[in-house]
Formats: sequence, structure tokens, C-alpha cells
Amino acid sequence: MKFTSLLTSAAMALGLATTAMAEDKTKVGFVYVGPVGDGGWTYEHNKGRLAVEEEFGDKVETVFVESVPEGPDAERVMTQMALEGADLIFTTSFGYMDPTINVAKKFPNVKFEHATGYKTADNVSVYSARFYEGRAVQGHIAGKMTKSNTIGYIGSYPIPEVIRGINSAYVHAKKVNPDVEFKIIWAYTWFDPAKEADAASVLIEQGADVILQHTDSTAPQAAAQEAGNVITFGQASDMSEYAPFPRVSSIIDDWAPYYIARTQAVMDGTWESANTWDGIREGMVAIGEISDAVPADVKEEALALKAAMAAGEYHPFTGPLKKQDGSDWLGEGETADDGTLAGMNFYVEGLEGEIPQ
Amino acid sequence: MDLSEINPVLLVASLMVAATPLLLAAIGELVVEKAGVLNLGVEGMMIVGAISGFAISVETGSPWLGFIAAAIGGAVLSLLFVLLTQVALANQVASGLALTLFGLGFSALLGQGYVGVKPPSMGEIHIPVISDIPVIGPILFQHDPILYLGIALTAAVWATLKYTRVGLILRAVGENHDAAHALGYKVIKIRILAILFGGACAGLGGAYISLIRVPQWTEGMTAGVGWIALALVVFASWKPWRALLGAYLFGGITVLQLNLQAAGVAIPVEYLAMSPYIITILVLVILSADKSSAPASLGRIFHASH
Repeated sequence: MKFTSLLTSAAMALGLATTAMAEDKTKVGFVYVGPVGDGGWTYEHNKGRLAVEEEFGDKVETVFVESVPEGPDAERVMTQMALEGADLIFTTSFGYMDPTINVAKKFPNVKFEHATGYKTADNVSVYSARFYEGRAVQGHIAGKMTKSNTIGYIGSYPIPEVIRGINSAYVHAKKVNPDVEFKIIWAYTWFDPAKEADAASVLIEQGADVILQHTDSTAPQAAAQEAGNVITFGQASDMSEYAPFPRVSSIIDDWAPYYIARTQAVMDGTWESANTWDGIREGMVAIGEISDAVPADVKEEALALKAAMAAGEYHPFTGPLKKQDGSDWLGEGETADDGTLAGMNFYVEGLEGEIPQ
Repeated sequence: MDLSEINPVLLVASLMVAATPLLLAAIGELVVEKAGVLNLGVEGMMIVGAISGFAISVETGSPWLGFIAAAIGGAVLSLLFVLLTQVALANQVASGLALTLFGLGFSALLGQGYVGVKPPSMGEIHIPVISDIPVIGPILFQHDPILYLGIALTAAVWATLKYTRVGLILRAVGENHDAAHALGYKVIKIRILAILFGGACAGLGGAYISLIRVPQWTEGMTAGVGWIALALVVFASWKPWRALLGAYLFGGITVLQLNLQAAGVAIPVEYLAMSPYIITILVLVILSADKSSAPASLGRIFHASH
């Protein structure tokens, strides 16, 4: 536990003491996997939390605990929040899935919202963003801009969300550059700047001149900057401190509207268990500014691709596509259904290596 | 799979970089434990060193001042441990854990304004001719100065412990503090100096991560290196050169496994990910078969009245 979480606990204890006076307040809890200052994933969730406070002012009280390990510890933190009167709890990492379900069973009157998972219950909703739409844009830019035809990809854990991202980026890079090759490193962490930096350096040493990351810190950006001729993309947050180079664009997760809507629903008593999966069209996924390091024509194509997805005219997984083993997946013009995407556990044709099981 | 994509020269060069924070922290802790004190606060002192060094080098523009500040920062935090365990005679394990928790939080507080800031670069030492020798040049002679400091420190600690009177006294205090006290040595004073040295080394190790290896500031960025350093001291049987070997082994396999993954070697990633821990432990356990054991007074509280 960190100093800030100690402070939070202290604040919670204080909160308990004052609940008698403030019973009409809606209490919203957030469980974070990294520190709020990670500059990426958790940073954006925390921005969503601040937006909720901004929107409702005195009517809402938010609490958060950061750097909660995925596993039994998470269950303890959620239980604590529920015991201390939280009405709505957002658990913001894939690994909190089973802990959320377990705790939710014990507190049927508390609403839970689990990010990026797939298990729901009467009082558990799941929500996620279609990051793979953003990956399509990144893949396009990466395929156009790579000179070594080698793109490095830092994966976190081999879960469907990450695999979708790899597939989507690969499909779109391959489309514009048939010679492109992906090198994938599984870091087995969401947040470990030193390890992420090492992974990025290794990929660069092995010839990658584009680094895509699915981990939460800005360390790979720093490694790319050090190397000098490598481009990167902001992950989960804009990471604009590394723009215009090496960071040439980014995927931004905008959770604020969703968090505000769900808090409102709890206040109004209209909250229902739901399965939300929004993308560029709904604004949950945004593409950060494409910097001038990208040639104008590539930028235009990337923006057109984004516009097509926003209008619902284009799906990043449109056939013909084959699986890695050569078997057919999608026929000509066919698009992937959400069920397959949600449980995606295979690479598309052309990617090398195996997904760790 | 294409192993030819792994460049052995770059691999060795980057393993030395990956190992240095671990080595610095482990050497410091080794001296502390040799003096009979178990300080579990290495992680906390590292992260405080990381942010002190980062903040000062950003403010002054000088990485050197940053590293000096990191050493001071780590040492100042270890003063808290001194106060608890040497003055107030508190339990060392509990105090060390508290130090880590405090350090992690305190560094996050100090670092509020430094997220996303870029530190000045230290640059590499480039010696004409020698640094340009193929293979050996990039491996041995193209690093930052702190990496060499780590190796020099290992040699200095080894020589001091083995050959000097200061080393002998330090070991005496760690083996039997009552006897050392009876001989007239100032047990508490010696231990305080050892703890401060350990804090300074841990601080340097932390700053190496935030200023050279990553380089940027992020909360919690040491991510457990301090704990690995603690384990390394034990597995290295409190011997400096073995600590160096262990650190290079650990750093080496960490970097190698990333290289193998990127080259598409068909070993399941889970095995690769756990390999640094397993191989380091195995090698050091085999080496420690010579029955060298922990300093006899390790972790015991000393008070002159006993």
C-alpha cells in the first residue's frame, strides 16, 4: 500500500464518521491497477473520476485506491469500499474480473462496473472501449512509415483485448505494406517502466523502427526518443509530452462521459446491468493529434480511416481474413461479430509466433 | 525464429545497464548486513533516490548533481531507519518495511510535478581508440560513468571488507556485537555509518533507473528491484563479487529473454519470464555450498547494557 492509498483509507475512515451527515451523497469508488500518475491507462480513468466530481459537485463523493494488484488483494479493497458505503464501484483492470464478481455477490445493493471484462451479474456491468479501432489507424501509419519493415509490439498479458489490438494493427499495416513484419514481446505486466524500457530497447536493437505498446507507462516513448529514429504511439492517454516525435499519434480512452452517465443512473435509480462496448463513433476511443512527423498524405488516409469507422462504414476486421493456421475466418466482405472479438484468442494469418496460453 | 537477429554485443552492453541498479542496491545492503543490520527498506530508499536524483538533475540540468542528490536522498531516508532501530531500538524488520511503504508514498508526493518531464542526458564516456575497438569497445568502454562506479564500488567493498582494519571492525560488529563492544568499538556508530552507506547506494541505484535506464519519472518505477537486491545479498552469501555475478546474471537473463521473445524463439513465454529468477537462484545456491553463513548478529538489536 502506498502513501496515497493510506491517505485514501484515512479519508474513507473520515468518510465513515461523516456519513450520518451526508447520507444523500452518492459515493463512487474506483479501483486502479497502476498509480494515477502513470501517464497512461490509470491516468485516464482518474480523469474520468475527476470529471464525475466536476459534474455532480456536492452530490457525489469519490474515493479511489491505486496500484491494487490483480488478485485477492483487489477483493479486499473492493470489500472495504462496499463496507464503507460506496454505491457504485468501478474496477478498472481485466484482472479484477473474478474478484469483482465475488464481491458483488456479497453486496447485492452495491453496483459494480468492471472494465474490459466479460462476466456480468445483476449488479455487475462490464464496459470497454473498442481500442482495436484506434489500433487500425496506428497500424496504417506504422505500415506506411516503417523503413525497416519491422514493427515492435510490447504486449502486456495475452488476453483477448491485447490480441485484438495486435491483430488489428497487423491487418492494417500489412494492407499498406505487404513486407511488414511484427515482433511481439509479452512483458507480463501492465506497469513496470524499467521492463517496458528494456523491451522497447530490445525491439529497437533487433531492427524495429516503430514501437506499439499495450502497457501503461511512457517508458517505451523515452526509449524510442533515446534511439532517435523510432516512432511510437501514445497508449490509453495522449502522451503528448513526447510529441511531435517520437510519438506521432495516440489512442486516448475517454471514460468521463460513461462514468458520468452511470453515476447519474445510480442517482436516478435507473441503473441496470449492461454490456457497453463503445468505440470511435461514441467517443470512448479518440485518436490523438497526428503530428507533423507523419507525411501529409499518410495523415489524410489515417483520418479518412478514422472517419469511416466513426461513420460506421468500415469495420477493422472485414474479410477476407484468415487465421494464423491458414484456416478461413472471415469471407469476402464479412465483418467479425462481437462475440468472436470479445474472446479472441488467435492471431490472423501472417503473424509469427504463438500466443502464450 | 531467427537467432541471428540478436546482436550479442548489444546484448552484453544492455545487460550491464539492466544489472547496474540491482548491483548498486545490493552492494549497499551487503555492507549494512555485514554490520549486522537487516534493512528491508531498500525499495523505499531506491525510489526516494530515484525522485531526488531526477528532480535535482532536472532543476540544475546536471546529471552529476542529480546522482549526488540521489545518494544524499537515500541516505537521509535511511536516517529514519537509524532513528527507529539504533536509537529507539525498534524491530528492524518492521522498521524496514515501514521505510519502504513510506518511501514509495513520499516519492510519489515529491514527484507530483515531474511526471512527463525529460531529464538531461548524462552521455557516455567515449575514450578515443579504446571505445572504438570492435566488440570489446561497445561492451566495455561505451557506457555511462555510473555503471563503472558500480563495478568500482564492488571492488572497493570487497577489498575493504577483506583487507582493511575498517572491514575487520565492521565484520566484528556484524558477527558479535557484544564482543565488539567489549573491545571498545562503537557498535551503534559503526552501524549508523553502514546504514547511511547502504542508503546512499540504494539512492544511486534508484536514480540510475530514473535518469539512465528508463529515463523518466513515474510513480513506483523501481517496481520491486529493491526486493530482488535484498534476496540477491542472501543468495550471494554476503560476498561482493558474487553479488556482482548475481546482478549480471539476473540482468542478463532478463534482457536475453526479451531478446529471445522478439526473435520468436518457440519457448513458452512463461518459462522465459521466470527464468531470470530461477537461474539466478540456482547458480547462487550452488555457489553458496561452501557453508558461508549470515553474519551472526544479523537483525539483532544491540544495547550497551546487555
